Amino acid sequence: MNELLVFICGFIAVAIKQGTPLLFGSTGEILTEKSGNLNLGIPGIMYMGGVSGVIGAFFYEKAVGAGELNPVWGVLIPLIAALIGAALLALVYSFLTITLRANQNVTGLALTTFGVGIGDFFGGSLAQLFGEGGSLSVKRSSTLFRSTLPFAEDWGAIGELFFSYGFLVYLAVVLALVAAFILRRTRIGLNLRAVGENPATADAAGINVTRYKYAATVVGGAIAGLGGLYYIMDYAYGTWSDGSFGDRGWLAIALVIFALWKPKVGILGSFLFGALYVLPAYIHYGENRMVQYFVMMLPYVVTIVVLVITSMRKKREHQPPESLGLPYFREER
Amino acid sequence: MSQAIKKHHEPLIHITKRDQMVWWKGWLIRAIAILAALVVSGGVIMLLTGLNPISVYAEMVDGNFGSSRKLWMLLQKTAILLCIALAVTPAFKMKFWNCGGEGQTLAGCIAAAACMIHLGDSMPGWLLILVTFVMSVCAGALWGVIPAFFKARYNTNETLFTLMMNYVAIQLVEVLEVLWENPKNSGTVGVINRNSQAGWLPDLFGQRYLLNILIVAAVCILVYVYLKHSKQGYEVSVVGESQNTARYVGIDVKKVIVRTMIVSGAICGLAGFLLVSGTGHTIGPNTVGGQGFTAMMVSWMAKFNPIVMILTSGLIIFLQQGATAIATTFRLHDSLADIVTGIILFFIIGCEFFIQYQIHFRRSRKEGVEK
Repeated sequence: MNELLVFICGFIAVAIKQGTPLLFGSTGEILTEKSGNLNLGIPGIMYMGGVSGVIGAFFYEKAVGAGELNPVWGVLIPLIAALIGAALLALVYSFLTITLRANQNVTGLALTTFGVGIGDFFGGSLAQLFGEGGSLSVKRSSTLFRSTLPFAEDWGAIGELFFSYGFLVYLAVVLALVAAFILRRTRIGLNLRAVGENPATADAAGINVTRYKYAATVVGGAIAGLGGLYYIMDYAYGTWSDGSFGDRGWLAIALVIFALWKPKVGILGSFLFGALYVLPAYIHYGENRMVQYFVMMLPYVVTIVVLVITSMRKKREHQPPESLGLPYFREER
Repeated sequence: MSQAIKKHHEPLIHITKRDQMVWWKGWLIRAIAILAALVVSGGVIMLLTGLNPISVYAEMVDGNFGSSRKLWMLLQKTAILLCIALAVTPAFKMKFWNCGGEGQTLAGCIAAAACMIHLGDSMPGWLLILVTFVMSVCAGALWGVIPAFFKARYNTNETLFTLMMNYVAIQLVEVLEVLWENPKNSGTVGVINRNSQAGWLPDLFGQRYLLNILIVAAVCILVYVYLKHSKQGYEVSVVGESQNTARYVGIDVKKVIVRTMIVSGAICGLAGFLLVSGTGHTIGPNTVGGQGFTAMMVSWMAKFNPIVMILTSGLIIFLQQGATAIATTFRLHDSLADIVTGIILFFIIGCEFFIQYQIHFRRSRKEGVEK
């Protein structure tokens, strides 16, 4: 019995670690979508956040040389670099779609192409450009991101379930809760939802539509960028390897739909998606790897089912924001 | 009273929608944007490699036109990208945001590979190619019609639905890869029918890719005629402009949505057929390699005009091949191509604004005019 408990706690812990990048991504995308912007550039932004963080850590480690890393700077520099990198890319998206009113789908996809390109390029070539060769790796900084509370190991299964994570995991949950609070309980959240549902009405009510859209998209992008940072600094032990981030960005977008645009549901959803992601490794499927890949298809299939069911039931609180994907031009009627 | 009027705030910039720009002005703006993007991406490459600007572009041209093999690659890749771009265009014209080009093409690839593997020995070559072709087109159409059905019936968000379908298709390829892997436990399918070459599209005049290119050229003309000169194409553009208008004039909007997505998916399936049967003779999760997404941007850049799409897809492939050549020379990561593509897309996306809208700056008004 006790063994089973240990096993279950271990499984949940792995699922949570797997789900954290998705949670960051989906919280950011929910904020963005609530303003009516469907940012399909989230995968690119997450890449950008990850690689900016690694670049920050790389230069900090270079500056320190063989000496000891200062834990505060060692965490802050990558963190801030990731936030800035991701926010910049989100700003490009905002400028193109909000100010220049470009098509959101096209802009988002271009952003993903660009962000993934930047990520793989600097991840693969930065060490090369500085004459060190090999792939980019910041193991020492990664240790800082991975450090857990000291008593985590003494408390056995419970310790593993609740305290075995780096600080970014807790940050992801806190950010999702804060986002939920802001969206549901504050005036800012009410205005933001109004902008996303019907910008013309919001505009008539005196809400600055442009400002809300910009703020939501840039902040959302920065939060999503932390997902990339978590993945690379914590989950991947600070080593960049090509394409290892995989389709997590698109899973984050899937998660937004699955969570019905509610950040709190996103927390549970991210753990569920994380569990589905790691499940193949736990099933004793013997020689048959097909089952494994079928399981990896599940998050997308489940998302499609949720999308179809919500559109069939037409419950108003479960729908995407009304103006999602549409540009707003005040003088257009 | 006059004081109050004077204090009235006039914004610095005022934006209005243009009626209709002269066509050459629009293309001039686009040309300037492309030029600016070339300058910027050249600058980025210069910073990263230390090449001087002239040799950046020289390398790019060499990477595309340096040898007849490179030239054929340019044409072949352009053809495939163009084919997928043509495929998504009818849906886009209808304002059905088909982000599923990747998945629909991959569905075509799956069907083509399945036919080549399982029917390879059982029928004569020409029949096999015909069956493969039909099955690929059907598979693409099937993958496209599923989201369309739900869009028409329940107004399900098609952007998100088609996006998810891409990854279902990719995972399906992973599953089938296990089933079809050759040799066992290699994790890849390998070249299908390597010895018999059953189901391979034949060479034409000794050129391996010529047939692909000719097929896509034919599709290009067909799509152009379909959209511009057929009743169905007209219905597509009416539905795209306004669903209410379409209903008012008696167009069955649901039928048009489903029918157009069948067309869209079918052409994607054809692209999949060309990729497997006509190009790589193998299949893997990266067979389409993101071109389904690039194709959306190609189509959009060309303003959904099939003929202009030849240019835009050629431009993208030119840049990608050129950047890849530079990256190889300098042993940099070949995702340099993606960065360059991203830059040029940003410029082209941004310049549309100046074509569609007009900017008025605040004019300093003379005193007394307002009184």
